Amino acid sequence: MTIQAQLLIAVLAPLVGAILAGLLGKRLGKVATHRLTIIGVLISFVISVKWFFSFLWGDATAVDLTIYEWASFGEVTIQVGFLLDSLTSIMMFVVTFVSLMVHIYSIGYMQDDEGYQRFFSYISLFTFSMLMLVMSNNFLQLFFGWEAVGVVSYLLIGFWYQKDTATFANMKAFLVNRVGDFGFLLGIGAIFLLFGTFDYAPIFKTMGLAEELVSLGGQQKVNALALVGLDHKFTVWGGLQWSAISFICICLFIGAMGKSAQVPLHVWLPDSMEGPTPISALIHAATMVTAGVFLVARMSPLFEFSEAALGMVTLVGAITALFMGLVAIVQNDIKRIIAYSTLSQLGYMVVALGVSAYSAAIFHLFTHAFFKALLFLGAGSVIVALHHQQDIRKMGGLYKKLPVTYWCTLIGTLALIGTPLFSGFYSKDTIISAVAAAEGSFSGFAYFSVLAGVLVTAIYSIRLLLIVFHGKTRMEPEQFNHITESPRVITWPLIALAIPSLLAGFVFAKDLLFRSFFSDSITVLEQHDVLSSVQDHFGDAFSFALYGLMSPVFLMLLAGIIIAFVVYGWAPRFITMWAVFLKPVKKLLEKKYFFDEVNQKVFAQGSHWLGQAFWRYGDKAVIDEGIIDGGANALKSIAQKVRKLQTGYLFHYALFMLLGLVAFLAWLLFKG
Amino acid sequence: MSLTHYLVVSALLFSISVVGIIINRKNVITLLMCIELMLLAVNTNFIAFSRYLNDEVGQIFVFFILTVAAAEAAIGLAILVVLFRTNKKIDVAELKELKG
Repeated sequence: MTIQAQLLIAVLAPLVGAILAGLLGKRLGKVATHRLTIIGVLISFVISVKWFFSFLWGDATAVDLTIYEWASFGEVTIQVGFLLDSLTSIMMFVVTFVSLMVHIYSIGYMQDDEGYQRFFSYISLFTFSMLMLVMSNNFLQLFFGWEAVGVVSYLLIGFWYQKDTATFANMKAFLVNRVGDFGFLLGIGAIFLLFGTFDYAPIFKTMGLAEELVSLGGQQKVNALALVGLDHKFTVWGGLQWSAISFICICLFIGAMGKSAQVPLHVWLPDSMEGPTPISALIHAATMVTAGVFLVARMSPLFEFSEAALGMVTLVGAITALFMGLVAIVQNDIKRIIAYSTLSQLGYMVVALGVSAYSAAIFHLFTHAFFKALLFLGAGSVIVALHHQQDIRKMGGLYKKLPVTYWCTLIGTLALIGTPLFSGFYSKDTIISAVAAAEGSFSGFAYFSVLAGVLVTAIYSIRLLLIVFHGKTRMEPEQFNHITESPRVITWPLIALAIPSLLAGFVFAKDLLFRSFFSDSITVLEQHDVLSSVQDHFGDAFSFALYGLMSPVFLMLLAGIIIAFVVYGWAPRFITMWAVFLKPVKKLLEKKYFFDEVNQKVFAQGSHWLGQAFWRYGDKAVIDEGIIDGGANALKSIAQKVRKLQTGYLFHYALFMLLGLVAFLAWLLFKG
Repeated sequence: MSLTHYLVVSALLFSISVVGIIINRKNVITLLMCIELMLLAVNTNFIAFSRYLNDEVGQIFVFFILTVAAAEAAIGLAILVVLFRTNKKIDVAELKELKG
């Protein structure tokens, strides 16, 4: 089979599944629906696995294919095409694997739901959209995929549309993403202005030339850009001039901030937990929210030439990584804790992007997809077993009742907090070491942030584990005794995700991080190459784990675990103590730094007032009362005056005729 | 008699008819007669100039105008009859249905 056919099948199989499930779902019945969609995703998964390993073993080279030319005007063509390289292949692998697991899991989770077929249709459609996003070879198709995953995310957050909170949450996600997408669109527009094309290939070619000038020719970055003709300035605001590359990168990153839920555009992600749990695992943890990270990594040739943009990326990522982790400590909803943890981990990825450790970011994306999907699906298993109870204060002692769920969640947690040898350790430690070696702006703050983040991550993760699974149960004994482990369609995907959560780091770390796996898709300038300093410590995966035992990161981790055990495990009275001492802090965290309140007051109220003002003074006063009613009223009053002339007496008409005649004659005689 | 005399007569006739139309508040018949008179004034002008310029075209015009005036008078009287049948009066001052 040709590459083109394989890629088309990989993309279209989930789409076919989605269309069949969506249109014929009720007629096909539940079993046929989930079989069809799972087969669709399975086909994509098989093809993705094949390509991922070919790239991993170095058997494949990057391919840029144009499948279909959609429109052309002037010299610009808009086309559907695929760029298959290492970055695409790893993203395809992650997306299809997690999607497959979530499809299988949903058979159990959504069992009794009325919208069973609709659900399967949506998640297959999501898989299609996400594949279009990661496989695109031009910005317009990327934007198509970007918006399509946004739409499916919107549909799935509001899946239980009878709930007001769900419709509110999906509206919020939609609106916040509009803000990011506005920046993204501006970025695409600026790229077209600067490069005159939407395709990646010519853009990367130009940037590659600039990179060669820097690395081989020893040029300054600014001079290199000037030599390839990219030293334009955009006038941004008033007379402020920005270099075009920085402008593009910052705009694209604003788009990434929306999708990848970075501060301050993160507010939609915790609320998106209103959707079904499999969705939280697939869309709001493993794949869609990492689209922003993917975008920046894909655009690394551009970002490398903008210190301003990289500084901003580092700062935003560092803030998100630490402060969102802190919020997770005080949350009581099992899914919201994991959601804030996702925000924090996304922050780690973004920090890695900011210090030019793109491969570390993608590697963390890769491992995070497994263990975070695992944690979400584990939480889902608990929620199913407890009949949709999500408050961790009403759980406890569940490890005896839900052994498979417990062990899988434990593996996920250990991976998340970065226990040596687990997958999360390799990705997170690499990021922290890379940040430590970085010299760009905000890298000092970022180092503090990611290091403190380890402590915070350990605290909230162990807290979750202890409160949910250990200790004495806080449920009614009768209710507690009736809990049974979830069915096998739920536990098998957990086990299937637990294996890569445990091993992915150990097996893939060296190949993905240091063997120039990403050399065909990611560009790093020599002066930014922080990963090479990490590589010095990296003999093999095992010795890196030993090295990790001696690093400050491990101390932070231990401290976090101990604090969590003391506070939440052995001495619950500590909780009341810290509630007293740290009351204002706790309040701040519980209110999530007042982001929602500020948004509600400033942006929601502000736009409400603006709309009111436009309605009252623009629409109503000027258009309705001024132009439309005003015109009619003016005509009416003129007519009221003119009608007085119509006396109805014949002699008056005659007189006027005569006067008119006289006037005309006079004009004729005297005009000259 | 010179041209001037004829023109003076015609102007007098025209003026009488105009004044008749404007100051008459009584009778629609008078109104119709005034209009006829106005046409006659114009006819007089035509004939006077026709003689003065030795051109018969003016006189031919007069024939046409008289024909049309006769037809118009017939229609006017017919309307008048209908008006009288419906209103039982032909007072000009009372006819103000066109008032706005």
